[in-house]
Amino acid sequence: MSGFQSARSIAEAVSSGASSAVDVLTEHLARIDEREAEVHAFNLVLREEALQAAQQIDDRIVAGEVVGPLAGVPIALKDNLCTRGIPTTCSSKILDGWRPPYDATVVSRLANSGAVFVGKTNLDEFAMGSSTENSAFGPTRNPLDTSRVPGGSSGGSAAAVAAGFAAMSLGSDTGGSIRQPAALCGLVGVKPTYGAVSRLGLIAFASSLDQIGPFTHDVADAALLLESIAGHDPGDSTSIPQAFPSLSESLTRGVDGMRIGRIVDLPAGADAEVVASVDRAFEVLASAGAEIVDVSIPAFTYGLTAYYLIAPAEASSNLARYDGVRFGSRVEAPDTNSMYMATRGQGFGPEVKRRIMLGTYALSAGYYDAYYGKALKVRRLMAEDFAKVYQSVDALITPASPSVAFPFGSKTSDPLAMYLCDTYTIPSNLIGHPAMSVPFGSGEQDLPIGVQVLAPEMGEPTMFAVAAELERAAGGAHV
Amino acid sequence: MTTGSLKSVSEQLDRRAVERVAKLARLELTSEELDEATTRLAGMLAHFADIDALNLEDVEPMTQPYELVNVMRDDVPLETLDHDEVLAAAPDASDGRFGVPPILGLEL
Repeated sequence: MSGFQSARSIAEAVSSGASSAVDVLTEHLARIDEREAEVHAFNLVLREEALQAAQQIDDRIVAGEVVGPLAGVPIALKDNLCTRGIPTTCSSKILDGWRPPYDATVVSRLANSGAVFVGKTNLDEFAMGSSTENSAFGPTRNPLDTSRVPGGSSGGSAAAVAAGFAAMSLGSDTGGSIRQPAALCGLVGVKPTYGAVSRLGLIAFASSLDQIGPFTHDVADAALLLESIAGHDPGDSTSIPQAFPSLSESLTRGVDGMRIGRIVDLPAGADAEVVASVDRAFEVLASAGAEIVDVSIPAFTYGLTAYYLIAPAEASSNLARYDGVRFGSRVEAPDTNSMYMATRGQGFGPEVKRRIMLGTYALSAGYYDAYYGKALKVRRLMAEDFAKVYQSVDALITPASPSVAFPFGSKTSDPLAMYLCDTYTIPSNLIGHPAMSVPFGSGEQDLPIGVQVLAPEMGEPTMFAVAAELERAAGGAHV
Repeated sequence: MTTGSLKSVSEQLDRRAVERVAKLARLELTSEELDEATTRLAGMLAHFADIDALNLEDVEPMTQPYELVNVMRDDVPLETLDHDEVLAAAPDASDGRFGVPPILGLEL
């Protein structure tokens, strides 16, 4: 358990004048100076910009202004979130040097809440991967054991918080890209309900699956960060046009009287130590007054296949925009088509090409029904299975990742082995439900294990209540 | 082929089909990359044949987590992105326009 200060106590101290935002930032920058060369959490550290922002916050507080719930909190942003005038790369050569002409909605919301942005974090190229080994700018290392991966694709965002470079961070989760690295780095990671957080300015991977969410040291910080970014945005047509529920009461509610489901036909593949942690989580919840109910979700097993047809199909379409015309790099050629082919051939890395190929194939004439069409039907079965289960339970518990953090290179030679990391996280993306990983127990080499809490659409209050209960039992809250 | 099993379709995947897909995806791949893609894609598709076991005949496809309807806003001018800032991000731009090589000779 790291001894880092919680974001809410930083904001409180800065707001009351007990600490200055500049001092808080300086501490974080000192840790970056000390360990970033080894960890490589960032594609870009925004030292000067952050110092300026922190100074402005201090000035406003001295002037008696109320700055916001995140006053002076150093936050890291995944480098697929657009920041106006600041390079945004998706860890891809094809976007090298690009400076977006606008801020993502989450970025403006955090700035308005008083956050200080310390940097843009590394990711698997275009968020495609589960280890951050697919970055064009080199891998990120897990701060808890630098011979191991931090998970992915938001590995840099997870590592930045775990190493104390930022008090919290934002990632994006298309099939587990927040929850799995949170599990591997001992953090809380949340994939909110689809549509709860605006995707405007999140560079699209798979538009029907992508959601932005927080990485934090504890559950209360995750609630604070999620409440700061959630809520309707007219700029995102998939944004839910209603107020996001408050999570503050969830933190102390407990689970007394709740019905929590154990999925009896969950796909096998999790390590014994992970299964043991999940079993222990059920015991803790039962002794806190929850009723544990066995449920069946037959479609769960087919989630991986549905996902790895749907996500690449959407990606092959979304990534068609990288053609060397409007942004990013271009490889010169005598005609446009050769220019597109060469730019994309040289600009994209191997995993991105693999998924574009897979998606293009799944959507091509003659194969559409056999692949993409079938995957969409499996998605429907998944939604129906979950809907049925939520008639009798309030939440579900599963592993977040099948294993603790794994060594570098151990899955890179076999893409399918890497894809299996997403087995337990994928269904929530397919059906748009919220899910979060909370540190609970440890495995080999004392590495953290994450337990995943799942809830129905807009069921974040219930989900946070369950996560907070697990955290209390694990002694995981920060001061 | 519209209704074949994934297994039978995956078995037909060969290098020529992969070359066609690369062309459709506007990806210039090296000979090694094409070989790798052929092996990898066939392996993945064979793995994905697990859903052949499901009876999906009467199941409605689901494209989005929730049903979406067109979202419209009032037809009034709003502030747009800064023209110069957008063009500044392009590899080639002049006279307020994006620059591209000749489009004639496009071979598909």
